[in-house]
Amino acid sequence: MILEVRDLAFGYGARPVGSGVSLTLRDSETLCLLGPNGGGKTTLFKTLLGLLRPLAGRVLLDGADLSVLPRREIAKHIAYVPQAHAAFFPFTVRDVVVMGRASRLPAFASPGPADRAAAERALATLGIGHLAERIYTEISGGERQLALIARALAGEPRLLVMDEPTASLDFGNQARVLTQVRRLSETGIAVVLSTHDPGHAFLCADRVALLHGGRLVALGPPAETVTPETLRLLYGVEVAVVPLPGQGRAVCTPLIG
Amino acid sequence: MSEAASAAQGRPARRRSLSLAVLLASLAPVALLLLVLVSLGVGRYPVPLVDVFSVLVAKVFGQATSLDPALQTVVLNVRLPRVFGALVIGAGLAAAGATYQGLFRNPLVSPDILGVSAGASLGAVLGIVLALPVAAIQGLAFAGGLAAVGAVYAVGLAVRRHDPVLTLVLAGVAVGALLGAGISLLKVLADPYNQLPAITFWLLGSLASVNTGDIAAILPATALGLVPLVLLRWRVNLMSLGDEEARALGLETRRLRPVLVAGATLVTAAAVSVTGVIGWIGLIVPHVARLLVGPDFRRLLPASMLLGASYLTAVDLMARTVAAIEVPLGILTALVGAPFFLWLLAAGKRGWA
Repeated sequence: MILEVRDLAFGYGARPVGSGVSLTLRDSETLCLLGPNGGGKTTLFKTLLGLLRPLAGRVLLDGADLSVLPRREIAKHIAYVPQAHAAFFPFTVRDVVVMGRASRLPAFASPGPADRAAAERALATLGIGHLAERIYTEISGGERQLALIARALAGEPRLLVMDEPTASLDFGNQARVLTQVRRLSETGIAVVLSTHDPGHAFLCADRVALLHGGRLVALGPPAETVTPETLRLLYGVEVAVVPLPGQGRAVCTPLIG
Repeated sequence: MSEAASAAQGRPARRRSLSLAVLLASLAPVALLLLVLVSLGVGRYPVPLVDVFSVLVAKVFGQATSLDPALQTVVLNVRLPRVFGALVIGAGLAAAGATYQGLFRNPLVSPDILGVSAGASLGAVLGIVLALPVAAIQGLAFAGGLAAVGAVYAVGLAVRRHDPVLTLVLAGVAVGALLGAGISLLKVLADPYNQLPAITFWLLGSLASVNTGDIAAILPATALGLVPLVLLRWRVNLMSLGDEEARALGLETRRLRPVLVAGATLVTAAAVSVTGVIGWIGLIVPHVARLLVGPDFRRLLPASMLLGASYLTAVDLMARTVAAIEVPLGILTALVGAPFFLWLLAAGKRGWA
């Protein structure tokens, strides 16, 4: 078990966004978080990363409370993959990926050959070695998302927290990113990701957590948790969950009209 | 070694930019040296380059020369402190600007963003109105610059509801406006025949009265301020991703940001305390440096300092040669800098966010 969340209340300032959240995460497990817009997914993630202090309850990393750990120690184990953004300065993709090594370096050190090698490995793992010299601000959204995953991997973390890694990506890039998520769990890395497409849970997740009104309304394997009933509760629309024959997966589509 | 290895792996584009960087890195110091020698020679009392060179050599090696003592005085006591001041202050302002631009994730930020110039101006203007000696005016300017940024930072820490970077910028705007009101009030109260011109010249910046003592006074603060910028040069890159992402990557931004702000502020306050306000350098020089060497602060910092030193030396040379009177630096830096800036804007080079 890497991460243990005990009766967590989270939010900004004094205003709770959610409460009563408990879950545990094991090595190489992929947990998919589903929930409506404004449901607190990002806030929960920031609390899991130690960026926000819990309003109540605890987040434990290998049994140690996140709120007492130095940032560098947390970042060594838990890496954050934010939504693909446009950086402010035109760094090369390689420069961006090497930044993932910060948690492995002493306070005043710059990255050395070992760190550059780790960055190259991460680029190769994601199959984007050819982008290394490209300017991060000039590549596509899908490529940026892969570069941010590479940055996270460069730090050799045990857990990746990915905030809507498929948001604003085209169909093919969504599949590419989800393929990478599945590969990560094969290499022993645990992943927590959020998504707006419940079908993604079937594609990559071992377990699904449904966040509604700031509370976990279900936590379990996709086949048990992603149902027309739970999705109606979450999103307020009728949804068909259609199993794909012989795949153990399903596609989800809203019923309109 | 590792640079060479990565260059060998790189595609042609990378090799080209690397060799360009190498070319610039080797040419720039030579160009700067030439500029310094020309600056020491040109002026109301022209000194041939050969004589400039022999005066310097004689001074360095402690030899006696047969050259005119007046010529030696002009080169060593009048122009050398001034040129050296331009180098130190130009490099310092550009380094501070590059740091602030990284910290505030904005290529249009100048070192004045947190009120250092406004605070220094109020301090200096107060000193002028009170008819204090020059050293006291400089001391007040230095203290005013540090106090203004300290106040802005205190407000930023007290208001914790928003993004810390945005809070700092907005607090800087507000405190700057208050200090500006104070400066305006003192200008109204000042003696219009002696003090008001002095205030006006101070606010436009000049190296005309810089002497060896001034340089000695600001060197320690400048050097001290540069220490965190140099030590944390790689981490400034990460800070430019924003507070949250930098923290997620393992940086204690609540410790790094004040240290970097203090360093850049110390350098800027020291510079403006002896020259008065010199605009544009901290804004435009890092920008040009970024176009030349890219956004990596490890290269951006030395490139900015080199360019800043060259730019201020060249502008100061213009200031004392283009007209019969000394032209204030603030006028020239804007006159040269603003059109160039507009050209950059129109050309839409990358490096622009």
